Amino acid sequence: MIIADKKPIEEIIQEVKDYDRLLVLGCNECVTVCEAGGKKEVEVLASALRMHFIKEGKEKKIDERTLERQCDHEYLEEIRDVIDQYDAVLSLACGVGVQFTAEKYHSTPLIPGVNTCFLGANEQRGMWTERCQACGACILARTGGICPISRCAKRVMNGPCGGSSAGKCEINKDLDCAWQLIIDRLRDLGRLDDYEIVAPIKDWSTERSGGPRTVVREDVQV
Amino acid sequence: MSELKSGSNLEKVLKAGHFAFTGECGPPKGANVEHLVGKFKHLKGNVDAVNMTDNQTAVVRMSSLAASHIMIHEGLEPNFQMVCRDRNRLAITADILGAHALGIRNMLCLSGDHQSFGNHPQAKNVHDIDSMQLINLVTTMRDKEEFINGEKIDVAPKLFVGAACNPFADPFEYRVYRLANKIAAGADFIQTQCIYNMEKFRTFMKQVVDMGLHEKCYILAGVTPMKNARMANFMSKFVPGMDVPDSLIDRLKGAEKGKQAEEGIKFALEQIEEFKEMEGIAGVHLMAIEWEHMVPEIAERAGVLPRPVV
Repeated sequence: MIIADKKPIEEIIQEVKDYDRLLVLGCNECVTVCEAGGKKEVEVLASALRMHFIKEGKEKKIDERTLERQCDHEYLEEIRDVIDQYDAVLSLACGVGVQFTAEKYHSTPLIPGVNTCFLGANEQRGMWTERCQACGACILARTGGICPISRCAKRVMNGPCGGSSAGKCEINKDLDCAWQLIIDRLRDLGRLDDYEIVAPIKDWSTERSGGPRTVVREDVQV
Repeated sequence: MSELKSGSNLEKVLKAGHFAFTGECGPPKGANVEHLVGKFKHLKGNVDAVNMTDNQTAVVRMSSLAASHIMIHEGLEPNFQMVCRDRNRLAITADILGAHALGIRNMLCLSGDHQSFGNHPQAKNVHDIDSMQLINLVTTMRDKEEFINGEKIDVAPKLFVGAACNPFADPFEYRVYRLANKIAAGADFIQTQCIYNMEKFRTFMKQVVDMGLHEKCYILAGVTPMKNARMANFMSKFVPGMDVPDSLIDRLKGAEKGKQAEEGIKFALEQIEEFKEMEGIAGVHLMAIEWEHMVPEIAERAGVLPRPVV
């Protein structure tokens, strides 16, 4: 899923302080699971903003709403009849949701309430870790199911580099060396011969380097 | 002697069967040519080639390409280092062509230290290709006279291609296979990480020899003399992939007051003596970091002077 993290409240206040009618808009998908932008976080943030502006003696209308998804036309339509009641929307969705909402409601200012971080997994309660960089050409079949692009600090395709120490990465002792994990798993799978194949230079054109990407599936188009 | 790939001095020395002795030099943190040239005088005549580092430890410096060219002008042979951190394949290819055009004939292919260690930790790194793929790229340009996209090159760059090897990184038992991959990718010579743990290095070299890798590639053992126990401690604790045994730190600490540097040099000289006899070792790469002025004395005491003229 997409992992996001809350923006500092000071930064949010700075961005919303000039709007008198604000809708704090959550999303019920990834950002709910990673506890950055779901219904619960919308409530907490809206309350904090109300308290802040009351203390400053400012009267503001701050409403709450959480949509099933902000990356979907259908669900975004649910706020069409109320959008004119607000001077701005503070969206706690990922960058995709914020942009989709902005595209849909062209004349309403959109402010992001979270920082979108990466594609990752729930490692443990309160800890999420990166697993995928969406390079558009998956190589996991060759690397024992462990991705060196997202998990190696140098994206080394033929690793480990000289900084791998006791299973950890040179840049951070808390970070696993992806290539140690790859070798361990290839060994356990009885496929260490794969390690002796030099991985060819990667075609990055399917990655962001190739420009903004589009997937078109004619088989599912209506 | 088989046909030369680049005709560099280093290649000729190694192919003639001499025990090679290479040095290292970091470009200045500025455009101070005078300072750079000042370092050269300690290296000239005492080594076969000099590695010119490329934004080492991710600290920005004068480009290794420019500094290598200045070195040639001063009558020394550079081993032009290139890291994959700062360039994509277009810049890499362009710099290789430029290097050859400027008279550079040796190149060392490296991944590069992560930028978080350096003085621009906010930088975006590139890593379009890795060091293994860089070896393959430059040898393809040389041997097939083609770019990696298959297009022909009008006057191909002829470089003697080196790679690094750190026998002390983990997982230890697979380091030798990684070395084998670098050789398969096309490396002509290898310069190892600084060696301090001799016992572990002997084990590593036995694996190398058992696999016959030393017959496919020239392996130069990396030596960096310790200036004092503090440096040894620092390298042990803070330099990634470095294996400094406590016994060496204790030995330096045990030296008489003011004699720790001499003890460090003595250890380096003992290492060089052993490397001269060690099966599979074709030479020594002396990395006297910010200690270039000691190179003449170390070379003299190591008995590697005069350097062969080939």
